Amino acid sequence: MVENRPFLNFLAHLVLIVGAAVVVFPVYVAFIASTHGGNDFLSGIVPLVPGPHLVENYATMLSAGMTSSGAPPIGPMMINSLVMAVGVAVGKIVISILSAFAIVYFRFPFRTLAFWMIFITLMLPVEVRIVPTFKVVADLGLLNNYGGLIIPLIASATATFLFRQFFLTVPEELMEAARVDGAGPMKFFRDILLPLSTTNIAALFIILFVLGWNQYLWPLLISTDQSLYTVVMGIQRMAAVADAEPRWNLVMAAVILAALPPVLVILAMQRLFVKGLVETEK
Amino acid sequence: MQTKRTVFPNKLLPYLLLAPQMLVTIVFFLWPAGTAFWQSFLRNDAFGFKTTFVWFANYRRLFADPIYMSAFGNTIVFAVLVTFLSLSISLLLAVAAMRVVRGSRIYSTLLVWPYAVAPAIAGILWWFMFNPSIGIVAYMLRAVGINWNHLVNSTDAMALIVIAATWKQISYNFLFFLAGLQSVPRSLQEAGAIDGAGPVKRFWTIVFPLISPTTFYLMVINIVYAMFDTFGIIHATTQGGPARATEILVYKVYFDGFIGLNLGSSAAQSVILMLIVIGLTAIQFRFVERRVQY
Amino acid sequence: MKKTALFLSAGVAAVLLASQAAWAATKIQWWHAMGGENGAKLEEIAKKFNASQSDYEIVPVFKGTYDETLTGAIAAFRANQQPAIVQVYEVGTGTMMAAQGAIYPIYQLMKDQGEAWDQSKFITPVVGYYSDTDGNVLSLPFNSSTPIMYYNKDVFKKAGLDPETPPKTWADVESFSRKIVMSGAAKCGFTSAWISWIQTENLNALHDKPYSTKANGFGGLDAEFTFNNDLTERHWGNLKKWQDDGLFKYGGPGGGDNAPPMFYSQECAMYMNSSAGRAGVVNNAKDFKVGFAPLPYYDDVIKQPMNSIIGGATLWTLQGRPAEEYKGVAKFYTYLQKPEVQAGWHQFSGYLPITEAAYKLGQDQDYYEKNPGSDVAIKQLTRVAPTENSKGIRFGNYVQVRGIIDDEFAALLGGKKSAKEALDSVVNRGNEQLRDFQSANQ
Repeated sequence: MVENRPFLNFLAHLVLIVGAAVVVFPVYVAFIASTHGGNDFLSGIVPLVPGPHLVENYATMLSAGMTSSGAPPIGPMMINSLVMAVGVAVGKIVISILSAFAIVYFRFPFRTLAFWMIFITLMLPVEVRIVPTFKVVADLGLLNNYGGLIIPLIASATATFLFRQFFLTVPEELMEAARVDGAGPMKFFRDILLPLSTTNIAALFIILFVLGWNQYLWPLLISTDQSLYTVVMGIQRMAAVADAEPRWNLVMAAVILAALPPVLVILAMQRLFVKGLVETEK
Repeated sequence: MQTKRTVFPNKLLPYLLLAPQMLVTIVFFLWPAGTAFWQSFLRNDAFGFKTTFVWFANYRRLFADPIYMSAFGNTIVFAVLVTFLSLSISLLLAVAAMRVVRGSRIYSTLLVWPYAVAPAIAGILWWFMFNPSIGIVAYMLRAVGINWNHLVNSTDAMALIVIAATWKQISYNFLFFLAGLQSVPRSLQEAGAIDGAGPVKRFWTIVFPLISPTTFYLMVINIVYAMFDTFGIIHATTQGGPARATEILVYKVYFDGFIGLNLGSSAAQSVILMLIVIGLTAIQFRFVERRVQY
Repeated sequence: MKKTALFLSAGVAAVLLASQAAWAATKIQWWHAMGGENGAKLEEIAKKFNASQSDYEIVPVFKGTYDETLTGAIAAFRANQQPAIVQVYEVGTGTMMAAQGAIYPIYQLMKDQGEAWDQSKFITPVVGYYSDTDGNVLSLPFNSSTPIMYYNKDVFKKAGLDPETPPKTWADVESFSRKIVMSGAAKCGFTSAWISWIQTENLNALHDKPYSTKANGFGGLDAEFTFNNDLTERHWGNLKKWQDDGLFKYGGPGGGDNAPPMFYSQECAMYMNSSAGRAGVVNNAKDFKVGFAPLPYYDDVIKQPMNSIIGGATLWTLQGRPAEEYKGVAKFYTYLQKPEVQAGWHQFSGYLPITEAAYKLGQDQDYYEKNPGSDVAIKQLTRVAPTENSKGIRFGNYVQVRGIIDDEFAALLGGKKSAKEALDSVVNRGNEQLRDFQSANQ
């Protein structure tokens, strides 16, 4: 904010409050549902205020809740989800930043082709290639282990594209100065480009962490070993009941619990944002 | 496509840098995609015992099917609405968050958190909220005189999936807009203020062009998202109904392939979808990227 | 010297064999789609079997919804990673049957493995659905259900109707609904889940009308749909009229997920859905008493309605596994058919008991007396011997056809088509799907 315009400040707050309220509303509904009894959900308009069963429902979920639907206990599932989320996020960021660096800062034959090849990975729906991908993964012996869970998911175009956009905005002078100093490309990358990219890396880490955390279909397909269950698979297992009614209050409690670790990641990564804000304030 | 003016001279290094991503892409994407592409020329049973090469029969069938053609129309409406709404709303929110110093962390967390709700469950939540009988939002709409029933009314149904899909993307776009806005140097804004430009004018003449790389990125990504990642939401809320009013191309791919086990037709549809999006993206790179200031 | 060597090697071999049997129980994978508490119960069944012997270990693996499980099994089969047992829903029967190289029919499996196999132990309608034209059963019925009607006894009383007398015919349904709506006891008379399964397939079965040529598809892949007959046209037309009169409310496409909330919130007084939902209904009907009744029929079309047809899933055995696994599979199937196991599963889950013995066991245990309405389903299923028209249906690509039924029904309700136009359209589009399946599988 450059000058002090109280009306615009007020307007900004208003917009944010309304926006946040609307965006958080479904999550709020889920929270409310998780504090009621099992049969309150489908038998009438669910009230907007929390119900009396909060402690009871969450205690159930944290102890044996999911095992009542046949899933393993929640602790190991959280760990699996964590491994997947971190693995996918770190994997994607590492290989994408290197690729983007190559594509932007070098000229070589097939450069444009390479970019497009990476890019079209976005454009074929997962559901269509999931059956052939399963065969590839099976043939490579990657079923039922973390490798098979993580590696096929790190061919990301969004991260490469984002880094490409960012690198294109980095002033030419920085790179020329580095060359004048006799620094090679990797030194330039490590000492100059990487620190500049922190904000983008932080934003990407949040998104990719959540992506990995919420993976359901791929782990479901390739693992037959219950020790690889992720939290979201456990939730689906509670919700996908043919011919019966799921116990919504417990499902929603599980959903809220499952959404908490990503919140922690968001809070942690925001430090890197705010740091940027503070710097430009000077 | 835009490039840098000066580049590093190394010949081998770029290939090494690209290698990991290319390897994963070729093994885990291009090869299965090629198989799927090949499938589109076959007619076979689910288990793959009897396979017949049928040339373009699958494709011809699609274009002769009026339902497939109407899915085209639905997709365009859906993609345009979702992209436009989610981009504008999230940009507004990001700009507001930049202006507010106190509490911006809280707002940011609140606005990004919904992205963490598992998509499958988010779909169920929307189903609940808009359910004509027990839904909170349906109840509130009835209170203001709107008789909401997306089971029979196709406009209501389209509105529902647009709202649900936009909601998810607001968090994503907000995050990247915020990151992009961070990198706009204050010095430029101050210079504009000294010149007498008000905040709104400053935004459109200074800030917006400077975040155009981010905007371009988000525009491409949002269109791809709207066309590819939204079948889950539709499956949980309207299942393409009523009478296929909310069936978009990717939903048909999923329904015919995954559920109906008609792999040939589903593969053909994916190829067509892929070509469309490649075309759209190429157009964006060619014509819109020109306006982007790096 | 030779004798000692022989003796020694025999001894070593014996020790090796013994130790093999002792610690290597053959693991057999069982892919299923039972989430929630039914899934936990299923795991319990497997655990009990494993504990009862030491040669084989059944490993249940939850693979998502019915669609996801079937697609996963097919993907696995194509990559040579298939399980020995997979649970497939009834709509997938056509696909499974046509995949002769992939399936190991149960009657053959049991014969090959020397296990006793007596088809007459099963309830006829359940077995009829899953047998070939020679009457041989192909897959093991595991969780079967049939649609019934649930009704709100409190609302009946409020409207001046006898809460112990559910409507028997569609004329009753109409007149009861009118009374209920006019008296203000509820906002709507009735709703229904599964327009395809209940209001089209079962409609024709109950009235002994053929659904298609070739014995409802059992006779060959070249069947053609014939259910756009007078009966269905009349019924669909009625549903549209009753919707416009405020007596009927549409529950949504597919499984009709919007129907249950309407019943639980007492918006609609009557509701048709799977008998397997009984536990959920009783649980969610917090403030009122629930009554159970068989499906209504048109008494001017048929005096005594036929049996209803089933839904649910069965267990299919897939080829390509090592030979020892099939021995274990056969033993497991024998275990599953035991009356105590069947009765326990049926009483817990609400699915039907598939053997006569299990039904009898429940009766001996007074289960049906203590849980009124829990035998409506099985009584409706076994009240007469099934004819060709009420044995069930068997079509490939039937998932798509059900989608078409939902489409056209929605068009009818929206006033865009008449009942005749909608049904003719269903049959035409549906036949296209059948021809597709035929050409892909012949």
